Amino acid sequence: MNREIRDQFPILGREVNKRPLVYFDNAATTQKPERVIASLGHYYRSMNSNIHRGVHALSQEATEAYEGVRKQVAQFINASSHREIIFTRGTTESINLVASSFGKKFLAPGKEVLISAMEHHSNIVPWQMACEASGAQLKVIPVNDRGELMLEKLPSLLSPKTAIVAVTHISNALGTVNPVKEIIAMAQQHHIPVLLDGAQAIPHMEVDVQALGVDFYCFSSHKMYGPMGIGVLYGREGLLDQLPPYQGGGEMIEKVSFEHTSYNELPFRFEAGTPNVGDAIAFGEAMYFILETGYQKIAAHEKHLIEYTEEKLRQREGIRFVGSAKERAGVISFLVNNIHPYDIGMIMDKFGIAVRTGNHCAQPLMDQYGITGTIRISFAVYNTTEEVDQALKALDKAIDMLR
Amino acid sequence: MNTIQQKEQEIREEFGLFDDWMDKYNHLIEMGKDLPMIDEKYRQKQYLISGCQAQVWLHARLEEGKVLFTADSDALITKGIVHMLIRILSGETPQAILDADLTFLDEIGLKEHLSPTRANGLVSMIKQMKLYALAFQAKQNKTP
Repeated sequence: MNREIRDQFPILGREVNKRPLVYFDNAATTQKPERVIASLGHYYRSMNSNIHRGVHALSQEATEAYEGVRKQVAQFINASSHREIIFTRGTTESINLVASSFGKKFLAPGKEVLISAMEHHSNIVPWQMACEASGAQLKVIPVNDRGELMLEKLPSLLSPKTAIVAVTHISNALGTVNPVKEIIAMAQQHHIPVLLDGAQAIPHMEVDVQALGVDFYCFSSHKMYGPMGIGVLYGREGLLDQLPPYQGGGEMIEKVSFEHTSYNELPFRFEAGTPNVGDAIAFGEAMYFILETGYQKIAAHEKHLIEYTEEKLRQREGIRFVGSAKERAGVISFLVNNIHPYDIGMIMDKFGIAVRTGNHCAQPLMDQYGITGTIRISFAVYNTTEEVDQALKALDKAIDMLR
Repeated sequence: MNTIQQKEQEIREEFGLFDDWMDKYNHLIEMGKDLPMIDEKYRQKQYLISGCQAQVWLHARLEEGKVLFTADSDALITKGIVHMLIRILSGETPQAILDADLTFLDEIGLKEHLSPTRANGLVSMIKQMKLYALAFQAKQNKTP
């Protein structure tokens, strides 16, 4: 058991319905280690102030800490410059920013946006909105029954009309790891930029934006042991430079008069208003947690948990796995006989087990499988095989009750 | 005590027999299985109350001044609660349905199912039942 990791997460000691909490909803949000929680408190106790403009000491300290995290993020994903790191509220806002700003500049009637059939609503709806505003068209890369992108369809979908390809790195509903390198290579042949929704990937694997050659990479702090309300848009500088601002306000401007406003340089041009300084600083601690734990150890441990759980599930009757892609990470999605996932989730909760049930904000994907939802177990580095045993005991009990 | 309150009292007593949650839920699940079948023609999209996860179908008609409900759900626990609500509200006058506060769900320890975050369609179902009652009442007032 990974005691020294678990001990860093105070919430794991609590009970739910008088039973020890087993938290298997990590794809929704992970729990936070003490150092992240402490960092939030420390910021508000010792340096809270508004950044960038203040000449006083607190403002200087907070600015340095905030900009320090930006540099840390750049290193974390191997961006070539901190100017390519834009802080947002999370993945959803990152995608909305690109859809809106990129849309204004590059989308028009006759242009197409290419997404996939396994996208989270967050990587569908912003593009639908951008298409509606610009007259561009939304195209979809299909998914096969195993829950894999049908890559063989990609060449025929890419054309001079394609303005951007926006796909998820790892599916939140099925755990499928997409062949993003191949997708990017194919798009690059046509000089088409690629956006990756990395929300489910970066908690589990090292991401190197330069090695990937990706143009936009979006992720959230709260799915990688950091606080909620802060996330990142990585954008390749040459491309970001061409985009108009997303929101107007303080910080994003260079000079304002009633006749004309000139905009600030990157990354500030895309960060209107007072930023989320406290959460950004605590997010820095979350990245240190990941680095100190090590991606290798995280990935190996989670892989072990997935294999262990799948093996145990396979020994049971009536389990139907939803998504059986060759490359998967983080998530197991399944159904039991014809029992509604909601019923299973309710009973498991009574046993203190937190799993996700429902469509996982991927309704088009569920429609393709002809189901309304699944039971989803998703792991983080602090989970244990003992917890899996607990959860499966609860699952058996639930099946027994609902039969 | 009106008939709605009497029926609520019955259910309170039924659930009073159980000490632990598992017995309660087993009872609820049994109630779900015992819910009279809905006519297939009402298990259609226009009668669906969208609850995101569990779906609920609800149909109502007015007969001799009383509202008769029939309903279904694809989730068993939800169906159990649907059954309870139907037991209590079906066959009542529109006014009685509008006046019902349904606090018994809280008292028997099933309040959690009425949390709007549960996404099980029950909150919308109760709202829809009351809307039916309101519509029937308006119709009655128009045609004396």
